[in-house]
Amino acid sequence: MQRVAVVVFPGSNCDADTLDAARAAGSDAYYVWHRHTDLQHADAVILPGGFSYGDYLRSGAIARFSPVLRAVTAHARAGGAVLGICNGFQILCEAGLLPGALMRNARLKFLSRPVDVRVEATDTPFTSSYERGEALTLPIAHGDGRFVADAETAALLEANGQVVLRYVTENPNGSMHDIAGVCSAGRNVVGIMPHPERRNAQLLGGQDGARVFLSLEARNATQHAGDLRAVDGRHLRV
Amino acid sequence: MSAYTVEIRVMPRASLLDPQGQAVQHALQALGFGDVASVRAGKHLVVKVQASTREEAAAKARTMCDRLLANPVTEDYECSVSQ
Repeated sequence: MQRVAVVVFPGSNCDADTLDAARAAGSDAYYVWHRHTDLQHADAVILPGGFSYGDYLRSGAIARFSPVLRAVTAHARAGGAVLGICNGFQILCEAGLLPGALMRNARLKFLSRPVDVRVEATDTPFTSSYERGEALTLPIAHGDGRFVADAETAALLEANGQVVLRYVTENPNGSMHDIAGVCSAGRNVVGIMPHPERRNAQLLGGQDGARVFLSLEARNATQHAGDLRAVDGRHLRV
Repeated sequence: MSAYTVEIRVMPRASLLDPQGQAVQHALQALGFGDVASVRAGKHLVVKVQASTREEAAAKARTMCDRLLANPVTEDYECSVSQ
């Protein structure tokens, strides 16, 4: 069981769904208020969607200076898993934990609807339970989702396989290279615009998002399996 | 220390799509201003700051822009200082 810290900023509004989705996947998920700097021994940190600080100045620009971001940055620098969903993605870009930035949708409208995306990278803590090239339907809900980066950064992202999700069939917001999600060079920090926590059960219209959270637990299971040792013909957990 | 006023102009980088500016441009054209060639929309911030010299006030403002007020990936900024 992974310990999953869901950070709550003033203006977060997907925190409860994200907590539920992580718990449904079997994680020990709990909230961490943005003023706190103790992640309580989290294995993974999730920055949920919403409108932290009312999106004032730029989406994520002010949340990036919340005390909790110091702890999240230290966690990320130490190789810990960090996922930013929607506003969380914007915050990670503003904090410099992910490359690029998210700008106003090309056609200005706030978009709240399901979109088709393709899983481009499965070697991240949050996508390891998907197949590479798998098509998913996940909801988006954003006004500032147009991923931009300078040409050199974009080329590096492609060359290093750091594009995690890509829009297919249509690009809803004008994102460069149809990018819907990216990861850090170390692959432990992931940011995605779609909301997997809104698609983790048939009751919600589909469960294409569930494996984002199950991937964390699968990783955990693998780690534990590696810890099993045969001793006197019996398997003991060490 | 004296009080300085720094006016900061933050603009979306020229090479990037500015849909807000485009929407305003289209509205102006619809209003009959057909000769509007382009519009770009940015932010104007007025910061009052204590500093010992004008240069120090400008340096502080640039640091504020680099760290918070402008996004180095998508925006450019200009500062002008007055007392």
